[in-house]
Amino acid sequence: MKDRAYPPAKLVLPDGTQIHGKSFGYPSSTSGELVFNTAMTGYPESLTDPSYKGQILVLTYPSIGNYGVPADIKADKLLRYFESEHIHISGLIIADYSEDYNHWNAVKSLGEWLREEKIPALFGIDTRSLTKLIREKGTTPAKIVHGSIDDISFEDPNDRNLVDEVSTKEVVEYGNGNIKIALVDCGVKNNIIRSLLQFDTKIIRVPWDYDFRKLDFDGLFISNGPGNPEKCETTIEHLRSALENEKPIFGICLGHQLLSLAAGAKTYKLKFGHRSHNQPVLLDGTQKAYLTSQNHGYAVSEASIPQKWESWFTNLNDHTNEGIRHQTKPFFSTQFHPEASSGPTDTSFLFNTFIQTIEQCKK
Amino acid sequence: MQKVIEKVLVLGSGALKIGEAGEFDYSGSQALKALKEEGIKTVLINPNIATVQTSEGIADRIYFLPVTPFFVEQVIKKEKPDGILLSFGGQTALNCGLDLFNKGVLDRYEVKVLGTPVKAIQETEDRQLFSEMLDEIGIKTARSLSATSPEETIRAAESIGYPIIIRAAYTLGGQGSGFCHNREELTQKIHQAFSYSPQVLVEESLRGWKEIEYEVVRDQYDNCITVCNMENFDPLGIHTGESIVVAPSQTLTNREYHKLRQISIDIVKRVGIIGECNVQYALDPQSEDYRVIEVNARLSRSSALASKATGYPLAFVAAKLALGYGLHELKNDITKTTSAFFEPALDYLVVKIPRWDLSKFQGVNREIGSSMKSVGEVMAIGRSFEECIQKGLRMIGIGMHGFVANHELPENDLEDELNNPKDTRIFWIAKAFDQGWTVDQIYNATKIDPWFLAKLKNIHLLKQELINFQRIEDLNNAFLLDLKKAGFSDFQLARLLYNEDDHEAIETRIREIRTYRQAQQILPYAKQIDTLAAEHPAQTNYLYFTYHGSSHDIDFEKDRRSVIVLGSGAYRIGSSVEFDWSAVNAIKTVEQSGYRSVMVNFNPETVSTDYDSCDRLYFDELSLERVLDIIALENPKGVIVSTGGQIPNTLAMRLQAYNVKILGTSADSIDMAENRHKFSALLDSLGIDQPAWKELSSIDDIEKFTMQVGFPVLVRPSYVLSGAAMNIVSNHKELRHFLELATQVSKQYPVVVSKYLTDTKEIEFDAVADKGEIIVYAISEHIEFAGVHSGDATIMFPPQKVYVETIRRIKRISRQIALALNISGPFNIQFLARDNDIKVIECNLRASRSLPFVSKILKTNFIELATRIMLGEKVEKPFKSLFELEYIGVKAPQFSFSRLSKADPILGVDMASTGEVGCIGDDYYEAILKSMLAVGFKIPKKGVLISSGTMRDKIELLKSAQWLADHKFEIYATKGSHSFLSENGIASKQVNWPDVDEYPNALDLIREKKIDLVINIPKNLSSEELSNDYTIRRAAVDFNIPLISNARLASAFIYSIGRYNIDDLKIKAWDEY
Repeated sequence: MKDRAYPPAKLVLPDGTQIHGKSFGYPSSTSGELVFNTAMTGYPESLTDPSYKGQILVLTYPSIGNYGVPADIKADKLLRYFESEHIHISGLIIADYSEDYNHWNAVKSLGEWLREEKIPALFGIDTRSLTKLIREKGTTPAKIVHGSIDDISFEDPNDRNLVDEVSTKEVVEYGNGNIKIALVDCGVKNNIIRSLLQFDTKIIRVPWDYDFRKLDFDGLFISNGPGNPEKCETTIEHLRSALENEKPIFGICLGHQLLSLAAGAKTYKLKFGHRSHNQPVLLDGTQKAYLTSQNHGYAVSEASIPQKWESWFTNLNDHTNEGIRHQTKPFFSTQFHPEASSGPTDTSFLFNTFIQTIEQCKK
Repeated sequence: MQKVIEKVLVLGSGALKIGEAGEFDYSGSQALKALKEEGIKTVLINPNIATVQTSEGIADRIYFLPVTPFFVEQVIKKEKPDGILLSFGGQTALNCGLDLFNKGVLDRYEVKVLGTPVKAIQETEDRQLFSEMLDEIGIKTARSLSATSPEETIRAAESIGYPIIIRAAYTLGGQGSGFCHNREELTQKIHQAFSYSPQVLVEESLRGWKEIEYEVVRDQYDNCITVCNMENFDPLGIHTGESIVVAPSQTLTNREYHKLRQISIDIVKRVGIIGECNVQYALDPQSEDYRVIEVNARLSRSSALASKATGYPLAFVAAKLALGYGLHELKNDITKTTSAFFEPALDYLVVKIPRWDLSKFQGVNREIGSSMKSVGEVMAIGRSFEECIQKGLRMIGIGMHGFVANHELPENDLEDELNNPKDTRIFWIAKAFDQGWTVDQIYNATKIDPWFLAKLKNIHLLKQELINFQRIEDLNNAFLLDLKKAGFSDFQLARLLYNEDDHEAIETRIREIRTYRQAQQILPYAKQIDTLAAEHPAQTNYLYFTYHGSSHDIDFEKDRRSVIVLGSGAYRIGSSVEFDWSAVNAIKTVEQSGYRSVMVNFNPETVSTDYDSCDRLYFDELSLERVLDIIALENPKGVIVSTGGQIPNTLAMRLQAYNVKILGTSADSIDMAENRHKFSALLDSLGIDQPAWKELSSIDDIEKFTMQVGFPVLVRPSYVLSGAAMNIVSNHKELRHFLELATQVSKQYPVVVSKYLTDTKEIEFDAVADKGEIIVYAISEHIEFAGVHSGDATIMFPPQKVYVETIRRIKRISRQIALALNISGPFNIQFLARDNDIKVIECNLRASRSLPFVSKILKTNFIELATRIMLGEKVEKPFKSLFELEYIGVKAPQFSFSRLSKADPILGVDMASTGEVGCIGDDYYEAILKSMLAVGFKIPKKGVLISSGTMRDKIELLKSAQWLADHKFEIYATKGSHSFLSENGIASKQVNWPDVDEYPNALDLIREKKIDLVINIPKNLSSEELSNDYTIRRAAVDFNIPLISNARLASAFIYSIGRYNIDDLKIKAWDEY
């Protein structure tokens, strides 16, 4: 399809900036928080990552849609090629779009998928200029507009309880193994569940505000998720009492921030977050560096890490905190995503660490 | 206790050859820079005198000596280095290093191999060991068996099942390899493969699978990253050096990308690489199944490309890791704040396209496949595949204007061209679209991923839409922008809109289109390559242009304090690393003179495209359109067109038409030297002699002129139907034949015929002048007589056998020409000299191929002087003169015939060499022996085959044959040569010509390796003679036996081995002369 055949639409910023593009998604208007991701692969995974709830995503890699969108095939109750059941971003902004895709496992184009899921999307935009703007001014509210710019107003999704919007509404169980893991779903990615299911586990996935203290489990997992961690007071409450016990706890991303808050640390909003596949982290006190996949706008303040806890990983680029652990108890968490999907798999061994810790504690 | 590393030996890769080219100048230079930064003393061995790495100030000590175990051992003995780097000089350096290690030399002199341990390298080089090792960690390799005899090879092939691929082990760029569909094909290829290596590998064929590469880096702490992945546009079966390559991969999902990434890391950790490593995969297009094809435990062509594609200085980092640094301890050189432990995020695509020069070779097989034939490459950067591929197809410089709007292709069979890839396949895809083929049909013929084909189809569809219009003003802006985003040049628009064929008319249309576009604000934007997709601020000067943009990444000073230097473009036969040396030296001088240096070039194999070597680098086209875009933004003091070879030189007049300030010699003077008619008139007016020539447009006129001047004549047609572009003809029959079959002669396509002089010396005059006054000059002399292209000739400097009077006359003529053309800058004149009778062949008002050679031998940087003159500085004449040199330099050509199957390894008027070396000796014979050893000649020990052409050649060779006989060499000679030698009392064994079916036949002896030097001088051009000679020459090449096809060079070589044993050759560094 020729570029000119797509209808025009625009991206509007609060300062009045209007950036014109061509619409290849759902032809409606939307608003959200404008963020960028510099990954070069993995749009089906990113778009279905619940952590992007409420955000308009700018992909800096210019050629998107190349390998189409795979089919909805389920394995272990989970969609095999996606990170959740639906697209979670509010809108998508890219430079060059490939309607003509090719891949053995693709069944539709990116545009078809976006239209099915009613997600607006623009291409033909100088995503590099836009990224520089976000980098300089910080993440900003924005809207994609089809038609009049007054049809929709700007909103800051962080004012909402985004976790509640993406968390499971009911308890779901996966696997039938001997190690029972309670998984607090704040917007969990499928690959976290897949990664845990590789072991002899049974996963009990519960809503973010579910009182897991009444469950029988061997280890507790706190998932990733969208928005400001301070909105999840209920989870933090539950976690505080879990910290009184000795059962292993592992948190990822938002889960890391919630564990830190429960332990008494502070979180803050980063200027434009970390959203990429190439975030380098160092295992503190060693020469071991890992490349990680990340997607977060908030971070744990290094200086606020309380006594008996210590920094575990540190970002090699901006030296922000990338993980904490308790000095004596089996509690630890990472800001980055060991489950990858999308992104590098350098730190997938951390799931091993978690399972081994549980096994030791069970003995 | 760990030895402190204070002095390190770095091995270079020698002369540029197919499969091993400029990329190793870049990686070696980076390594030397990294060592220098650590305060380590560096010693470099590299006979490639035209490289940047062998320039002053890069290594502490430079040896222009062959990179062979013998010479490297001698240097080690003398220099006593603490460590050695083996992985920065390609397979040549690696093989040499492994040999020294195996012989215990490195141990004996306590030289530590820095970086990847030798054991690890050996494990990756032996395919059997390697696949067993990967098997242990559950990684799949292509099913492969090794064999050490032809019989074993056939058994292996049959147990794997055809089709199979065979490869010679331990070779570079896939030498001696090929696909075999059945036993018959295999039997044909076996012997050749064994001539390269005692071990041959037989592998399952994965034809049609995707080919993917990863560049991996690991440090001593086991930290590991993949800096870049790349996808071949051409599916497996075509060597990655022969493929169009895209970075990053385009058709891989995240799962596939990261699966292969993780495997790369697992392999590199298992092998124990410290530094850089390349891993190549085959990936099934119908599943996630894969095979590891190859691992290169060293810097490679791909790693140079990856460095340029990402801005991550792989060689520099690899050198630091070899010294013991961890990746996390190093900084990202582009941002200066973030860590070097990261993987670049690209927000653009790059497309690499190979450049072939197959039309330069008679009889060559044009099919591309599993062994490399290309001589250079280009890299195009953009923000869509369409933009990149069209840029790239222009950059390769074969007269194409992009994917569409090219001249008609010949009337070949389209299906065959698609099924059996040759150097021009992509243009046949354009033709297929024109003829209504679908993406699926083309996929079935080519196995090129439909995603790439759909992108090419987009370009085709835009073209189809465009040809409905007749005027640029009729296009709406959205359409025009779509065209520019898809990489259409103003030239393509002009041709498709206006259908003009006339050169000047097109030029006018281009100007109209440019003006119109500017008025409509349809302009390209300059973007940075910053390694992190704008995530972190970067003060990088590494830029490219795209139409997928709305703002520039940088602010332009527009203060007229910058100087633009135009680079040389793709390496090709006749233009390679020597022009990179010139361009890099021009940039340096610009900076030293207080200006900002701006480089424009698109060749990823170069040092000039290292963002560190200039103040601003535009990695983009050297077209009129793009250079004008750059000038509009830069508003420079001026442009230097004379240090990048022919491409910038030919832009001079066109730039001047847009009022661009050309620094140095004026565009009009350049035109006067370039235009045959104008230059000839100038010589006439100065009373300077030249070989008789005429531009003629009918066969009758040509015959008449030939009668006048006499045979042989050189015929240069402007339109070639088939065969070589130029030809020497010695009689009427040949003339008729050539004019009727090979060229078209008409008013529109005239032919230039010139008197061809034989038995004449050819002399080069390289100089720098200031407003017509010569400031510095060098005169050098060809060993071969005229008739061998100056790029293929063996050249000595200072001249040894030229009359003083000849030199006087040459100087006088050169002064006259310099003055008449008011030259300010570098220039080169080629002379013919016979008995003090001097003729001018041609004059180039730019840096020449021999400039780095004479600059380094004379130790006077001609480019530095030239650049300062071009900047308007007053330059003193240097004191040094070539007559005071107490040593001699010899520049010898490197041929790559072994790569070009079926090509006739003969030297003629068209250049055939792919590279060169320059070595220094106390006398002529020492210099010539060193330089010939450096291009792969070996001192013969057993037998020499002589078949010696004309009587003159036979006489020329008599003394050397006598010497060979006196020194117990077995001389084998074909019939005529044998009787001539007998008549002169020299014993030889007569051997039969290849077409005589009787033992001993010349071919048998070559095959049986009874001969270790072949001297074959062609006599004349009769077809029988040619075919016999051709068979001998080709066999010598195919069986890896040194071949000399020029009598004067043969004598020079034999005299040299008569005077020098290898042990007598002095191991002296450049600074010791």
